[in-house]
This record gives sequence, C-alpha cells and structure tokens, in this order.
Amino acid sequence: MKNKTKNGIGLHIVKRDAIPWYKAMGIRGLALLISIAVCAIVTWALTRQSPLGVMQTIFLGSFASTRRFWVMMQDLSVLLLISLAMAPAFRMRFWNIGGEGQVMIGCLATAACMINFGKSLPNGLVILISLIAAVCAGGIWGLVPAVCKAKWNTNETLFTLMMNYVAIQLCAYFIIIWESPKGSGKVGIINQKSHAGWLPTIGKYKYLLTVIVAAAITVFIFCYMNYSKHGYELAVVGESQKTAKYVGISVGKVIVRTMVLSGAICGLTGFMLVAGSDHTITTTLASGRGFTAVLVAWMAKFNPFGMIFTSFLLTFMSKGAGEVASNFNLNESFSDILTSIIIFFLIGCEFFIQYRIVRQKEAK
Amino acid sequence: MKKQIALVLSVLMAAVPFSAFAGETEAAAEAAAPAGGAVIADAPVEADVEIPSDMKFGFIFLHDENSTYDLNFINGAKDAAKALGLSDDQIILKTNVPEGQECYETAADLADQGCAAVFADSFGHEDYMIQAAQEYPDVQFCHATGTKAHTEGLDNYHNAFASIYEGRYLAGVAAGMKLNEMIKDGKITEDQAKIGYVGAFTYAEVISGFTSFFLGARSECPSATMEVTFTGSWYDETAEKEGAKNLINDGCVLISQHADSMGAPTACEEAGVPDVSYNGSTGDACPNTYLISSRIDWAPYMMLMMKNTAAGEPIPADWTGTLASGSVKLTDLNANVAAEGTQEELDKVTAGLEDGSIHVFDVSKFTFKGAALDESFQADVDTDEAYTPDTNVVSDGYFHESEYRSAPYFDLNDADNSTGIDGITLLDTKF
Repeated sequence: MKNKTKNGIGLHIVKRDAIPWYKAMGIRGLALLISIAVCAIVTWALTRQSPLGVMQTIFLGSFASTRRFWVMMQDLSVLLLISLAMAPAFRMRFWNIGGEGQVMIGCLATAACMINFGKSLPNGLVILISLIAAVCAGGIWGLVPAVCKAKWNTNETLFTLMMNYVAIQLCAYFIIIWESPKGSGKVGIINQKSHAGWLPTIGKYKYLLTVIVAAAITVFIFCYMNYSKHGYELAVVGESQKTAKYVGISVGKVIVRTMVLSGAICGLTGFMLVAGSDHTITTTLASGRGFTAVLVAWMAKFNPFGMIFTSFLLTFMSKGAGEVASNFNLNESFSDILTSIIIFFLIGCEFFIQYRIVRQKEAK
Repeated sequence: MKKQIALVLSVLMAAVPFSAFAGETEAAAEAAAPAGGAVIADAPVEADVEIPSDMKFGFIFLHDENSTYDLNFINGAKDAAKALGLSDDQIILKTNVPEGQECYETAADLADQGCAAVFADSFGHEDYMIQAAQEYPDVQFCHATGTKAHTEGLDNYHNAFASIYEGRYLAGVAAGMKLNEMIKDGKITEDQAKIGYVGAFTYAEVISGFTSFFLGARSECPSATMEVTFTGSWYDETAEKEGAKNLINDGCVLISQHADSMGAPTACEEAGVPDVSYNGSTGDACPNTYLISSRIDWAPYMMLMMKNTAAGEPIPADWTGTLASGSVKLTDLNANVAAEGTQEELDKVTAGLEDGSIHVFDVSKFTFKGAALDESFQADVDTDEAYTPDTNVVSDGYFHESEYRSAPYFDLNDADNSTGIDGITLLDTKF
C-alpha cells in the first residue's frame, strides 16, 4: 500500500537520473513541433488561414531573402553574445540579471567615443578607443555588484537588476544632451556622413562581423569554462563555497573575476551594436535581450554550443511570429502571443527532461 | 530550486517595468504641425494615373492603431489605396517599427519585397530612411515630418508635412470667439482671457503650433494671453492631465494641446473648461467642453506618392499640404460649446487664408521682445548641429512658414525670459 498514489489517477512523477543527449534533444524537438502546431491552430482559429501557410510564413520570417537571413543571424549573434556572458556567472551560481544594463553601458561608452572623438581622431583609433571604453564600462557594471557580494554578501540578483536602471537612466540623460535636433529626444544615426567610428562592413551586409565575433566568443567561453583553471575554480565555487575555501580557492576573487568577464562581454556586445550595426543610441537598444539571454543560457544548461541552438530558436520564432502578425494584418500583440506559446512549450519540456511520469502500479 | 524560481520571478518582474519604460521613450518622436507655401509645395498631383495592379507600396508606422497619431496615418494610407482602387495586396503596413536600426531593416525589407515606394511616419525614422534610400536608388522613400530632404541631395528621398498652422489658426479663431462669448456673458473680464496650452517639447513644430493658435485666438479676442507648459513626451497621459490641471488652477479659461493623449481633454471635461483638441474630435468623451479640433489628412500626400511613382514623375523633395489640397482639416465644431456664429466666421477666415488675404504669421500682428520681425530675420531651415539661422524667411509682410522646407521652423521663443512671442508665457521648457 505504501506506493498507493494519493491523487487517484494512477500517475506519478519520478526524477530522471540521466538522460542521453539525443533523447533530450528529441523531447525539445517534439516540444518545438507541438508549439508550432498550437500556433498554427490559434492563428487558424483567429484568421482562418491554413496552418501550413502559417508555418510557411514563420519560416519565411527568417529565410525569405538574403537580407532577412542575415538580420536573423545578427540578432541571433547579439542574443548569443549576451547569453555567453551570463554563462560563467551562472555556473558559479551568481545570479547576474544585469545583462541589459551591462550592454547598455557598453552602448553608451561607444556612442560617447564616436560622438566626442569622431571628428578629431582617425577612424581606426576611434574604433579602438570605443572598444576599450565599452569593454571597461561593461566590466565596471559587472565589478560593482561582484565586489559588494564578495565583501558584504549583498544580494546579487537585486543589485544587478538595479544596475540596469542606473545604466538606462544614464543613457536617457546623455541622449538628451546629444539629441539632434534639439527637442526631438533622438540622437539619430551617429556620424552618418563621415562614418567615423563605424566598424568596417565585410561583404555586402554589415551583419557578418557580429556573427564572427559571436562565433569566436562561443569557442572562447567553451574553452574557458571547460579547460581552464578559472573555469574549474568557478565550477567549484558554484558547487560549494565551503569546498572551494577548503581547497584554497579565494571565493571573493573568483566572483569578482568572473563578473568582470561577464560585464566585459556584455560591454563588447554593446560596442558591436552601436559601432557595428545600429550606429545610434536609444534607451531600448538592448530591447530586453539582457533578460532573454538568461532564458537562452538556462535552456542550454550553460553549454555555449547549446546556446547557439537555443538563441537560434528564440530568434527564429520571434521573426516568424512578427511575419505572421504583419502578413495576416494582426498587430504586435499577436506575435507576442505566438512567442509566448513557443516559450511556454520550450520551458515546459525541460520538466520532461528532468522528470518522467510513470503509471502507478497497483501495489497489492 | 527555490532560488531558481525566485530568479525566474525576478527576471519576469524586471521585464515588466522595462517594457513600460520602452513604450514611453519610443513614443518620443511623433510629430504634426504647420506648413504650407508656394516655393516647395506646388508640385501637382498627377491626374488620372492608372496604378499597375502589381505595384506595391510599403508603410512604416511607429505604433499601431491604438495611437491616435499613427491611426491618422494608417487611415490616410488605407483611404489613398481605396481612392486609387488598389487591392489589399498592394499596400504592406508595418506597425510598431521603432526609430532605430529596425526602421532601416524594415524599409530595406519592403524594398526587397518589391515595393515601388516606402513611407515612414515618425520624425525619428528619418536617418534610417535616408540610409535605405542610399542603398535602393530605384525605390522612392517618403518621410513625414522630416527636415533633411532638401539638403540631402537624394533624388529618391522626400519629406512631407502640411500647413497645420493654418488649421491651428482656425481652431484659435473658434477659441477667440468662445473667449469673447465668456467676456460678454460676464463669466470673465477681458484681462482674464487667458489660454492654457499643453505642449510636448520646446521644439519648432510645437512652438509654431501654439503661436499660430494664439494668433488665431487674438485675431478675435485682442486681450487674450497664453500660458504654455511642456510635458517632455509626445504621449504621457498623466503629465498632460496634470499640465492641464495646473493651467486651469493658474487661471486659464480655455485649454488646447499639442500632445497625443486624452489627458488634457479629460482634465478639461472634469473642470468644465472649454478645450480645443488635436488629431481628431474628442467630443464623444468630452461632450460638454470639446470645442473643435484640427488635424492633418495624409491621404492627399499618399496619393501623390503613389501616382507620381506609377507615372515615373518626380516627387518633390519637400511637399507641404494645405487647406486647398485637403491636407489640413478642421473636425466637428461642437455647437453646444462654440460661440454663436463660429462656423460663419471660420468659413470667412478659411477663404481669406486660401486666397492669401490673411496670413497666419503676419508680422504686423505680433511682436517678439517688443519689436516686429523685419526682412533681415533668419530661421534655422537647413539642419545643422549648432541650429544656425540660415534663411531669410520674412518677406511681403509675413513669416513664410513651411515654404523653404515642409517641416515647421517658426521657433520664436526666449527661454531665458520664459516668453514666446509677446503675449505668450512659457511656464517651463522641455528639450
């Protein structure tokens, strides 16, 4: 009688010990298919468009033209970069949700350099100074909460969160100083005529450079987390701070070092956004990707190569949802609905990877 | 696990205020104001052009139909398409396009999809439209409210606006008559004829708007004065409502606005103060105080864009719609609130504006820092970083608004002494 289920439906939940990777991917793939099917049904119910047409439209959102493909790759790369920045801190169980602010402060530093030095210094130097400024600014945005955590054990979740608002308000302040024309509240394209401080374009589209940088950082983070002494130390700190102390790892030092790295990569992302693709600064330049990155990193279990897949998935689906909304004359809210359906299934499926549901055997 | 849940929750909670914040700041570049003259506005609309059934047009809007500003453009696009007999497939509407890289990507994507012309509706879209225009020389790019087309030297990039200052002047006439009625009824004395105005930014388009409104009111009620407050946002319902309330508490007996929410009209309805709204009637929500409203009708310009593109005729670098072209409209004079004879007077003044016997910015009708403008006066027409005045805009006895470029450039104000033209007090400034 001891196994008798209490809910009376004869099912119960069991934690899985381990699951082969192909099975885990299978579950995720299945979840993706179901989510697309649900999207198709919801769209059909509201618009009477054929579900196949809807799926085709989702696909076309990213692949209808060469430009769309590259725009998707650029968005994917930016999301991936921020996710990569999150990963080491998360592995260390330092809950950094300040990616948004760390990116924004990198954007701000880059824009400041482009605006102030764009006229006086040669292009290469402007780019170099912008890069250093952005990486340092992002690093400082990671450093401050890390030092407070290491010294006074402050709550890093709240601290990094608040740092976001500080960064965004700073951006808002400087946008008013730099706005053009006065009173418009917009900076516009920085150095549109001279292109000072703009990163060079590789090939026909300016998106390729970000993709290359993201690929390089992916490999770097993978090696850093798996094959370096630093990576090992932060994993130990994440498992147990007491063990870390016992084996002689300075926990505070590891926290500070890792967060500076996180912040610096976010700052680099901000640099790529402003100098590489957007060439402007707005308070919404990071557009919530600092938070989406948390999801991306988590869904990939902090595996850099897994994050390529998860960030592709989220980017692909949001492009597709946007295309469905615009092709069928529905507004942005509808694409939000589709995106949430997809995220619901993708997060939900993690449950089935961690646990399995077994039918209760009647114990006699 | 608990900690993980807490983390997910805090991420969610963090995202909510962020998206709210985003909405507020993105709203920051809507436009709408005066324009209307000879030098640049007389490009004819091609008559009787057949639009090929496979020709497509793309439209980029900052928000969706929930914003009155964008709704006005969306309706313009749909009206133009209907008037020219286009099918639904021939117009592609892209809503909620922010004023950033997304605008360039959307414009380029529309060009990739085969659109012959692309239109964008918000001031901050300008740089990105120029960027796309440089890349697609065979596609026409039209931008409402921008200032750079006449100096950019691109054959396929164009600005447009309308002489909404004439519409505001007419709305001012209705307001002035209302003030006269209140004086006659003994509700206020002549000295108390103070108008309140809620503006978005201390920016040429808004300054041109409230000055023309004030001049219209004073043409009827010579003792009228005006106080202006700014909210620092194109859409901030709370700030606009607060602004209107402060003006009313400060003794303003009639309110008008240049910002896009229902804030000011609602405050007026609660306080029982007559209100001149903008971008369409607010009479349904405020039946007891709504007086009249002015707006720009964009359909004439969109038809010009479509017809000239189809005919292969050039679209002017700057185009200013007028009362005569049907681009400037007065909406729904509320007979319950308006003074007697308002409609007749409006018809008379409209005729005067159209035949050139009345000019809104007639330099004999107003002074700035105690003196009238003379022909040496220069305005900042060509956009530059230092806002250098560069063009003589006063001749034949009036300030030629929106004739040297379509977007307004009448920006007379003295922020140090908190005044506009004489008679207008600026309570604050917001840049």
